[in-house]
Amino acid sequence: MKLTDEKGLGTVGRVIIIALAAGFAYVLIRGLIANPVLFLQQIINGFQLGFVYALIALGYTMVYGIVRLINFAHGDIFMIGAFTSYFMISYWGVTKLKVLDVFGPTLGPIVGTGLVILIAMVVCASMAVVIERVAYKPLRAAPRISALITAIGVSFFLEYFAALDFVFTSNYIIYERPFPVTVWHPIPGLSISNIMIIIVLTSIVFLLLLQYIVHYTKLGKAMRATSYDKPTSRLMGIDVDTVISFTFALGAALAGAGGVLYAIAYPQLIVFMGIMPGLKAFVAAVLGGIGSIPGAFVGSLIMGQAEVMSAGYISTTMRDAIAFAILILVLIARPTGIFGEPEGQKV
Amino acid sequence: MKGKLLGQPWKFWLGALIVYAVVQFIFSRGLVTDYIQTIVQYACVIAVAALGLNLIYGFTGQFSLGQWGFYAIGAYTSAEISYNLAPRVSVPVDLGFGGFDLGQYLVFLLAIFAGACLAAVISYLFGLPVLKMGGDYFGIATLGFTIVVKVLLDNSDQVFREMKGARGMVGIPQLTTWFWAFLFLVLALVIMRNLIYSTTGRAMVSVREDEVAAKAMGIDTVRYKTMAFVIGSFYAGLAGGLYAHLYAFLHPSTFNFVKSFDLWIIVVFGGVGSITGTIIATFGWATLLEGLRIVLPSGTETWRFVIYPIALILIMLLRPQGLFGGLEIGFLKPPKWPRRQKSVTAEN
Repeated sequence: MKLTDEKGLGTVGRVIIIALAAGFAYVLIRGLIANPVLFLQQIINGFQLGFVYALIALGYTMVYGIVRLINFAHGDIFMIGAFTSYFMISYWGVTKLKVLDVFGPTLGPIVGTGLVILIAMVVCASMAVVIERVAYKPLRAAPRISALITAIGVSFFLEYFAALDFVFTSNYIIYERPFPVTVWHPIPGLSISNIMIIIVLTSIVFLLLLQYIVHYTKLGKAMRATSYDKPTSRLMGIDVDTVISFTFALGAALAGAGGVLYAIAYPQLIVFMGIMPGLKAFVAAVLGGIGSIPGAFVGSLIMGQAEVMSAGYISTTMRDAIAFAILILVLIARPTGIFGEPEGQKV
Repeated sequence: MKGKLLGQPWKFWLGALIVYAVVQFIFSRGLVTDYIQTIVQYACVIAVAALGLNLIYGFTGQFSLGQWGFYAIGAYTSAEISYNLAPRVSVPVDLGFGGFDLGQYLVFLLAIFAGACLAAVISYLFGLPVLKMGGDYFGIATLGFTIVVKVLLDNSDQVFREMKGARGMVGIPQLTTWFWAFLFLVLALVIMRNLIYSTTGRAMVSVREDEVAAKAMGIDTVRYKTMAFVIGSFYAGLAGGLYAHLYAFLHPSTFNFVKSFDLWIIVVFGGVGSITGTIIATFGWATLLEGLRIVLPSGTETWRFVIYPIALILIMLLRPQGLFGGLEIGFLKPPKWPRRQKSVTAEN
């Protein structure tokens, strides 16, 4: 029985994948027909989750594209962003500053939240640059697995240091939302909250900004060049070290923003909160083709939808398994991901 | 005396016997606490699993994050078999100075091998479509596998009631002893060493070094990759079975993928592709974690988990190839190949 052959999927493999996809589609369509409004609600929830994953996934994919490192500590940067915003909102009242009153009672906290996001982004970006300089840069010439293990070490360190009692403790912390939740019901049964809209809008703004930076600025061009061919970029006069640090900083800034938005949407913090979203975002980046920015975005949306749909229509407890099973199947069918290009082999 | 048993000189077996006897003496006289005894046996178990991972990654170059998933499969399968069979089979054997229950141990061996074989079979089936993906993608697929296994175990009580899903499985007979742990470790070590220095092992190493060149030399890389993956998973399943019977309690949270990094840390820290390194790193790692627990003043034990990654990062920065990268000691050194006969023409 051949599941695969030299050219990819064999007939049996194709049949299995088509059968599974058909089964999944059947369950979804049944749900759609039974309760279309609920289905729409799930799709919206999936987008909310997917956009947050996208912010994290972009960091993974950019760093992988430029230094071929799976930065396992990225999920913990996300956690740091969330905690930074917690301190700013609850301890330093950044969203309640007098200067924001000029925007009025509803818009004031929202602008304040924007400020919090910016500060969190700066904190996360600086942290990522420090980590890169201290832990990853010395290992650029070392075997890739060493850098990977170091990334794992950094991840553990961030989590357990933050779990110490004088830092964040290892308890769950209730997050105080900077602005109250308002929910609209355009159709009976459908809930759209202002948080959802803010998440989606903020994510889209950041993603457009990223596209601009990567494709229309000189630094972006340097990033793309370094990802493509590092030694030649050096020869062309690009300061590769700065470009790499900038890439880490950019990815971390996005993850930090994602952390703040995630905390606002699901207001409960714990130092280990970055592990699962980080992992799922990484999987999403791989799904879309690791190293590809549009791929990370598309992969994240798919991942968000798959997770919410599985939780809603198949089983809540099995949703992680189903999400990862989907990943494995997609990788079998298309090994380099949706937008990925197979790396040519020099013989 | 001359002669070799299983390819190793008699000196090796004598040394192993001495180590066993000394530790057994220490244990049975109660010179160390039960806790330390368990830790030593646990280190042996982890060493077997780490050896399997070293075969898959260190010698064959396949980046597999799935070792822990197969460990889990081995653990739960063997536990399930033991749980059901052991209470019904009892063949007490009385030797003059003490006795043991032959029936129980037969069930134990059966269970462990069944667990290991199931892990091997699943790894074969999983590897068929997955091994042909390049490096990182294979790693990600195996990572997905480990997570899927863990989630399935969380929900296992729907199929196997006694596994009790996320509440943890109890009632496994506690049959692993220092004898078994050490025996399996020694056997695993010897078999691994013999495998590496055989033609098969050389083929696996060639896959790691340069797959395209190996193919050009006529080596069926798919076959050897699959073989390494299956054997490595067998080791993991075996270790899992030993683990299940050591602590007599299984909980799915032990098998989450974050814990799987422990094996990777051991393999890389000890030196990729070095059997000696893996063994020493396993015992060093266990000592470090437990030693920190003892050494740190009470109330600050959580600092263990801060010091441990710092130590890891420092070691990676100072010696990226790992402690024993590329080196072996003692009997694990590559055998000296017999010198070639000088050709007749060269002499003139």
